[in-house]
Amino acid sequence: MALITLRSVTKTYPAARKGNLAVNALEDISLEIEPGEIFGIIGYSGAGKSTLVRLINGLETCTSGDITVDGRSVSGVPERKLKTLRQDIGMIFQQFNLFSSKTVRNNIAYPLRVAGRSRAQIAERTNELLEFTGLADKADSYPEQLSGGQKQRVGIARALAASPKILLADEATSALDPETTHEVLALLRRVNQELGITIVVITHEMEVIRDLATRVAVMDRGRIVEQGEVFDVFSNPRQDSSRRFVSTVVRGVPSAAELQALRSRHEGRLVTLSFRDGSASQAAVFLELAAAGVDFELVYGGINDVAGRAFGHLTLALKGGDSAIDTALAAAGHGLKVTELG
Amino acid sequence: MEDLIPLTPQLWTAVGETLWIVGLSLLFGGIGGLLIGLGLYTTRSGALLANRAVFGVLNVLVNIFRPIPFIIFLAAAQPLARSVTGSGIGNNAIIFTLSLAAAFGISRIVEQNLLTVQPGVIEAARSVGAGRRRIIATILIPEALGPLILGYTYIFVALVDMSAVAGYVGGGGLGNFAIQYGYRQFNPVVTWAAVAVIIVLVQLVQFLGNQTARKVLRR
Repeated sequence: MALITLRSVTKTYPAARKGNLAVNALEDISLEIEPGEIFGIIGYSGAGKSTLVRLINGLETCTSGDITVDGRSVSGVPERKLKTLRQDIGMIFQQFNLFSSKTVRNNIAYPLRVAGRSRAQIAERTNELLEFTGLADKADSYPEQLSGGQKQRVGIARALAASPKILLADEATSALDPETTHEVLALLRRVNQELGITIVVITHEMEVIRDLATRVAVMDRGRIVEQGEVFDVFSNPRQDSSRRFVSTVVRGVPSAAELQALRSRHEGRLVTLSFRDGSASQAAVFLELAAAGVDFELVYGGINDVAGRAFGHLTLALKGGDSAIDTALAAAGHGLKVTELG
Repeated sequence: MEDLIPLTPQLWTAVGETLWIVGLSLLFGGIGGLLIGLGLYTTRSGALLANRAVFGVLNVLVNIFRPIPFIIFLAAAQPLARSVTGSGIGNNAIIFTLSLAAAFGISRIVEQNLLTVQPGVIEAARSVGAGRRRIIATILIPEALGPLILGYTYIFVALVDMSAVAGYVGGGGLGNFAIQYGYRQFNPVVTWAAVAVIIVLVQLVQFLGNQTARKVLRR
């Protein structure tokens, strides 16, 4: 059974002023997130993803629809009854949101105090988490003495303190530089693999989805426009907004401007070949082209590794007879998608 | 100068009275102001206990009482002071009225300082299941403590200023001392002695407030 279920969830903000229109932040959202997975939600700012993730721990309430977490209903439950549910759901934030008046140790201890654990239990659990996140030497520092990456590690340790089943990550790496991002993503992978915690990741960065998530939902203007296995969405995006996100990390079919540049530099017929695991191998294609006496040059594209599976788009400049090229490409095999660029 | 020396005991009594009046007013007014300020902060729209009616009433109340010059407020609130403290004159009446006026002034300072706390920090506390009262006591006030201490220091200085008119309703303190023994006896040295003591007092408190705030803010 799914750990988190959203059924036909909508969220409407009333008009700020008379005469203004009400804002539909979320429309007809249905999602199922399974225990143990890392589920990514990607969208531009304003797409509604931050609102969506806050529905899961009741920081925001939905206007209609049903939300269930671990068999418990969240929608329509008043805030004071959400305490035990929230102890099962950790959350980390883009701006870290650490308590600046408390040391690292006391930041991590806070959820345990809220949960009413004993002094000894709090000390033991806090030490465990300082160790797990590599912050043991920073235990008595204050947040402003830490780097961005260290702050987010404190955020993660605090979110994990009450041993939750779920971790919500709201743009957790968006304020970090690329190197620190990798460090934090690696820590989140460990949280998932070593502790078995289900993670919901909100981001506008496709790299984060590629490096971390197992499944992904693409959001656009309050709706989920596409969802599926990360590999499927990356190798074969079906919606425009998904394609735009994929194109930020995958070189696919060249755009019109790129095509013009390619054509000015290369003679012959340009085609883009799209490979996926299960389709013909590059070796087979190159072998056929060589055997048919077609001269070829790789001019654009690349092969990607997503979720341990390879796919890619290679644009070739082909010189040779048209019929020879067609026969060679046809002979190269099944599953190969050929896009003619002329 | 020789006029001042025989007045030394009265001067010390006046210092003691000023500290007594200002200290108690700061205590009562400080607690009242903290409560009204928390009320303003937590009931504004989008906050922890958002309530438009309560916010509106508090807001209007503060706006009505805050601009009244203290010497007029002292006269106007005399019947109230009499019914609460048993007398409309003397130090107790002054402390009551000063506390009341201070509470409204302090409430705005508290509200402004609480507004500087990042909303995300409150959200983080909510996300771990902390209730409203716990968030106020363990997150909101500690996060704003540095500026709050500076705000209360500022109010201490303002209360020293306001307490100087205590003499008008039979109260004591440095203001009364300066008027009674300095101004009315045509003895500017005595007046300036009171001024000098007030300056030292204010400097001392401001210094302590700055030090404490710096310690809390760790800078």
